[in-house]
Amino acid sequence: MTNTNQEDKTPSSIEKFILHLHPAKIDSRAIKINRTFGLGGVCALLFIILCLTGLLLRFSYIPTVEHAYDSILGLKNNTVFGQFIRNLHHLSAKLMIVASFLHLVRVYYTQSIFLKRGENWIYGLLMMFLVLASSFTGYLLPWDQLAYWAVTVITQIIEYIPFIGHSLAYVVRGSETVDGNTLLNFYTLHTGIIPLLFIFLMCMHFWLVRKAGGIALPQQEEQQKVDVIPNLVSKEIMLACIVIAGLFLTAAFYDAPLLDQANPLKSPNPSKAPWYFLGAQELLLHLHPFFSAVIIPFATALFFFGLPYYKYNNLNIGVWFNSPLGKKITIQSSIIAFVFTFALIYLFEHFFHFDLWLSNWPGVISTGLIPFLFYAVPVAAYLLFWNKKHQANRTELIMACTSIILSSYICMLLISLLLRGEGMLMIF
Amino acid sequence: MKLNRRKFIKRTLIALATVEAFFLLRGSVNKVDTSSGTTELFNAGKATAFDKNKLYPFLTGQFFLKRFEDGGFLAMSFKCTHLGCVVNTNSKTGGFNCPCHASQFNKFGEVLSAPATRPLDYFPITIEKGELLIDTRKPIRRSSFNKSQLTYL
Repeated sequence: MTNTNQEDKTPSSIEKFILHLHPAKIDSRAIKINRTFGLGGVCALLFIILCLTGLLLRFSYIPTVEHAYDSILGLKNNTVFGQFIRNLHHLSAKLMIVASFLHLVRVYYTQSIFLKRGENWIYGLLMMFLVLASSFTGYLLPWDQLAYWAVTVITQIIEYIPFIGHSLAYVVRGSETVDGNTLLNFYTLHTGIIPLLFIFLMCMHFWLVRKAGGIALPQQEEQQKVDVIPNLVSKEIMLACIVIAGLFLTAAFYDAPLLDQANPLKSPNPSKAPWYFLGAQELLLHLHPFFSAVIIPFATALFFFGLPYYKYNNLNIGVWFNSPLGKKITIQSSIIAFVFTFALIYLFEHFFHFDLWLSNWPGVISTGLIPFLFYAVPVAAYLLFWNKKHQANRTELIMACTSIILSSYICMLLISLLLRGEGMLMIF
Repeated sequence: MKLNRRKFIKRTLIALATVEAFFLLRGSVNKVDTSSGTTELFNAGKATAFDKNKLYPFLTGQFFLKRFEDGGFLAMSFKCTHLGCVVNTNSKTGGFNCPCHASQFNKFGEVLSAPATRPLDYFPITIEKGELLIDTRKPIRRSSFNKSQLTYL
C-alpha cells in the first residue's frame, strides 16, 4: 500500500518534526519489516518508556541503605499502580538488553558496519555498554539479596585487572565493600549520568545513520522511492503500539522480583549475577581470573571495536551474511561453537580437574592457559579447515569468529541460568 | 596511519588531559570515610573459653576464629578470595565452601579447589589480659598457610 501521490499541502508541525528525524523520501526496500525488524526503533522506544517510568519511580525511591528496600515495599503496597510502574521499568530494561543485542546482531550480519558506518558501529557498541551498565546499576537499587550479591560478585571482577584494578573497583564502589557509598554511586550513575550520556550517543547514532543515507541496502540499479509519511511512520507507530501493548499486558501479570533485604553476612546459595552477565560468571568458574576477567573480555572488546576496520577484500554492504558461503559458515560455526562450548564445560565440570592434577604449577597455567588452549586450539583448527577446504576468505573467517564468540557466550549464559543449582554445581 | 608533528602533539595533549581528568574525577567522587575511625578492635572474649580444634564463626566481625590442636588461634575472613561471597563452613572437611563459584578451602583457609587463587585472608590477633582482640579493619593477604600466622596464648 505504498502511497506515492503527491499532494500539495503544508505539513503539520508534527510532520515537520518527523521529517527532521527521517528524510522525506526513502527507498521502498528500507521499510520492509524484515530488513531491520524495527529493532533500533524498539530500543529508542524502550529508552523513552524507561525514562518516563524511571522519573515516576524517583518520587518514591530513597537511595540509602536504611530506606531503599522499605521504599520499594512502600511503592509496592501503598502506591497506586506503584508495582505496575516498577514492573514496566523492570521489563523494559530486560527487553532493552535483548532488543539492543538483536539490533547489534542484525546490523553486523547484514554487513552494515563498514566504511562510513564504522564510526556509528563504535557509538552503537558504546551504547550497548551503557545499556548493560544502566541495567547493572539499576540492579543494586532495590537493595535485596539478589542485588547485593550480584553487585559484590561483579565489582570484585574489576579487582583482577592488573595495576589499576583495585583503585578502579574502589571508584565504582566508593568503598572497600558494597555499602551505602556504592548505592549512592549507582543511583547517581543510573538516574543521572548514564541516561545523559545515552541521549547524547543516541543523537549521534541517529544522525550518523542519516548521514550514511539511511539504513544499509544492497546495491541496486533502480531505486523506488516512497514517501516517509505515511509509509514508514505508520509502520513505526504500529510496531510501537505492539511493543507498548505487550509490555503493559506482561507488566499487569508478571511482578518484578524482590527478595529479602540485603544481608552482607550471608550469601544466598547459589549467588548468581544478573542473567546477562551469567556467561561471564560461567567463564569465571572454569578459568583463572586473569584470563576470564582480564584477557578474554579485553580481547573480545578489541575484536568487536575493530570489526569495521580490518582489511576486507569483498565487502557486500547491506547483504545478509555477505555471501552464500558466509551464510553457511555463520550457521555452521554458531551451532558447532554452541555444542562444543557445552561439551567442554561438561568435561571440565566432571572429568578434567587440572587444578588438582597440576596443583604444584602456577594457577595461571594450570587453570588459565591450559583450559583456554582447550578452547582456542580447536577453534583455530576449525577456522583453518574452512580456509583450506572451502577457500573461505578473511571476511567470512572474521564473521565466523564473531559467530563463535556470540554463540559461546549464549551457551555459557544458558548453562549458568538453567543448569546450575546449589553451590553453582551442574544439576546433572 | 600517518602521524605528523601536529597530530602527535594534539594526541599527546588529549591523552594527558584524559589522565588528568581521570585523577580529578577520582579525587572528587571518592567518598569521605564515614566510619568512626576509632582503633577499636573486635573483642572475641576470653581466650581460654575456646576449645582446641574447633571453629567459631563471628559473623558480625566478618571472620571465622579457628583454634588448632596446638592451641594457636587464626582469624580468617569469611569473604571468598575469588569474588567476595561469604563462605560457608563445611562440616565434612572442616574447611569452607563458597556458594558463588564453588571454591573450596581447607581448615587452614588454603585453596582445595579453584577458581579461588589464594587462601582466605586473615586478621591479626593480639591477646591482652587473656582476651582475644582482633583487628578487623585490614585483612592480610597470604599465599599459603604457615605457623607465623597463628597467635598463641
